[in-house]
Amino acid sequence: MYGNDFGHSDDAPLNAAETEDYASVLEEHMAYFDRLVQDDQRIEPRDAMPDAYRQTLIRQIAQHAHSEIIGMQPEGNWITRAPSLRRKAILMAKVQDEAGHGLYLYSAAETLGVDRSELLDKLHSGRQKYSSIFNYPTLTWADVGAIGWLVDGAAIMNQVPLCRCSYGPYARAMIRVCKEESFHQRQGFELLWTLSQGTDAQRAMLQDAADRWWWPALMMFGPPDSGEKAKEGHTAQSMAWGIKRFTNDDLRQRFVDMTVPQAIKLGITLPDPDLRWNEERGHWDFGEIDWDEFWRVLKGDGPCNAQRIATRVTAHEEGAWVREAAAAYADKQAARSAEGAVA
Amino acid sequence: MTAPTWPLWEVFVRARRGLSHVHVGSLHAPDAQMALRNARDLYTRRQEGVSLWVVASDDITASSPEERDSFFDPAADKVYRHPTFYEVPEDVEYL
Amino acid sequence: MSTSADATHLDAAVAAPRHTPETDATTLHVRYLLSLGDDALVYAQRLGEWLTHAPQIEEDMALGNVGLDLLGQARSLLTRAGEVEGGGRDEDALAMLRDEREFRNVQLVEQPRGDFAVEMARMLWFASYQCELWSQLTSSADETLAGIAGKAVKEAVYHRDHATQWVLRLGDGTEVSRERMQAGLEAVHPYVAELGEDHEAARWAAEQGVGVLPSSLTDAVNAHVSAVLEQATLTMPDAPRWHARGGREGVHSEAMGYLLAEMQHIARSHPGATW
Repeated sequence: MYGNDFGHSDDAPLNAAETEDYASVLEEHMAYFDRLVQDDQRIEPRDAMPDAYRQTLIRQIAQHAHSEIIGMQPEGNWITRAPSLRRKAILMAKVQDEAGHGLYLYSAAETLGVDRSELLDKLHSGRQKYSSIFNYPTLTWADVGAIGWLVDGAAIMNQVPLCRCSYGPYARAMIRVCKEESFHQRQGFELLWTLSQGTDAQRAMLQDAADRWWWPALMMFGPPDSGEKAKEGHTAQSMAWGIKRFTNDDLRQRFVDMTVPQAIKLGITLPDPDLRWNEERGHWDFGEIDWDEFWRVLKGDGPCNAQRIATRVTAHEEGAWVREAAAAYADKQAARSAEGAVA
Repeated sequence: MTAPTWPLWEVFVRARRGLSHVHVGSLHAPDAQMALRNARDLYTRRQEGVSLWVVASDDITASSPEERDSFFDPAADKVYRHPTFYEVPEDVEYL
Repeated sequence: MSTSADATHLDAAVAAPRHTPETDATTLHVRYLLSLGDDALVYAQRLGEWLTHAPQIEEDMALGNVGLDLLGQARSLLTRAGEVEGGGRDEDALAMLRDEREFRNVQLVEQPRGDFAVEMARMLWFASYQCELWSQLTSSADETLAGIAGKAVKEAVYHRDHATQWVLRLGDGTEVSRERMQAGLEAVHPYVAELGEDHEAARWAAEQGVGVLPSSLTDAVNAHVSAVLEQATLTMPDAPRWHARGGREGVHSEAMGYLLAEMQHIARSHPGATW
């Protein structure tokens, strides 16, 4: 989920300790694995690790990679229509970065013994998810800014702690991603700031985008997982393994605290009547999130779910003959050079 | 033909002259030539490098974690390999 | 504009454009720069459509890089055209507010996106042309243009290499890919000759040492493409019965109107707005 992990449709038990082979792996290797995690050392690809740890990582990294790849679409939708050449260049570079981030992450996942093509098959057939935020449409130019500001802003909030994730290749990929993404959120805010200083029509466009993207952005952190909810889901296990460093609720609160002052600066309202500064807590209070909508969209009832996957699958299928051709050429070349060596 | 999967390549980047190539990640490509080009497009978009290596992942032989004790621990007690092991009078220069 | 008295007697609709010699040179200089800049801009626009549709994610990256290079060239060239024109038009005024007949790109770059083979055929021809073009223009009398060319020639060499690699693989890959690559070459062929056609602005620019005659580049371009096709077991298509012409004078194909409508509509819907 853009660096978050939930909503998986595999049948794997949520709690790693429920599986039998976990117990046997535990006997052989857990002491060493535990010591590394405890010492805040990194686990590396060829280390023995609990199968549930491996599966959790594969699922989370794959979802993260899928989110980057599917996330290219809502913004890519505006490349041909960007209203200035500077914005067009920024947007192309940004969408291209997302492809790159997807590749870094697939590369990290592959160190765990899966092939990218398996992961893509799971994405295409709906067996693995991507961040539900991308099931919403980008309807105006301001949406491009809102994605940078709110969606990338929320993503960064999730991703920065992942740079210290216990799994080395994932942490290293995230360091790279975070370094490159620092421009994504800034360009989004700058785009919106320009609109806020512009015509009435531009300001209306800005407000409309904020109204539509605010709640889905808050949902990106995932369902509540602190207090009573801490026993559900697998936040606790992920935290024990050093995959996750903060709860969803923690990160969400930080995001709200960071973002509200920026909204005020933009001169817009956020669509939450309960949003107010709580002096006592030292945080912004915010209203109830519509988790029904979240689960609905996650399960397929969102405006763009079918379209996003169809676009992705079409690109993949239409590219099959190209991939086959390149593989055939490589085989021919290898055969030719073998012949040359014999002769 | 069944849909073939392009092989995996490991990518190493020399960030600037004077430094070694460092592993940065992997990618898929049908052959070495395309792997090199894909590596350029993927790993050096922000002037991260002045030279690239790609190596087919299958061609890498790695030490295994099971061997870590026999491979690496024996080096732990050979402190005489390090210059700080040796005591010399304080007033001797250029050592 | 002419200030001669008899000019006022002429019907504006039939009068040939009358310029003082200096204006003439400026206009031709601007047109030459626009022909280069519009090629890059319009092709970048088409390549932008590939992102999320490439046959492999690595290729999304590659096509994005080519598109970004061309967009960068376009921005520098349009900015320079605006400077030479001296009327205060910047890159965006030129990109977003000109009408179709004022665009001076060849029709090759405006054609709708085909399959990957068509794109690689188009890129092979266009990048081969740009390689020869930019290497000549590094010594342009227009120093700004020479500077742009110095940067662009390295980019074009990479684009040509990318297209070359793919034409080799598709041509000498599977039966299916060979057929599709050959079909791609056939599809773009009617649009190739226009790259080498001399036009008024180019003739002026060549005379002044600012530019180069497109026809002088043709042999080298053909030589590169022919060599690639031969190695790729492909055949150079026969000379087409019809070939595109007129792009340099602002006469385009039907695809161009849609391309501009998409590219320009937001900028035009909000006159005077800043983005």
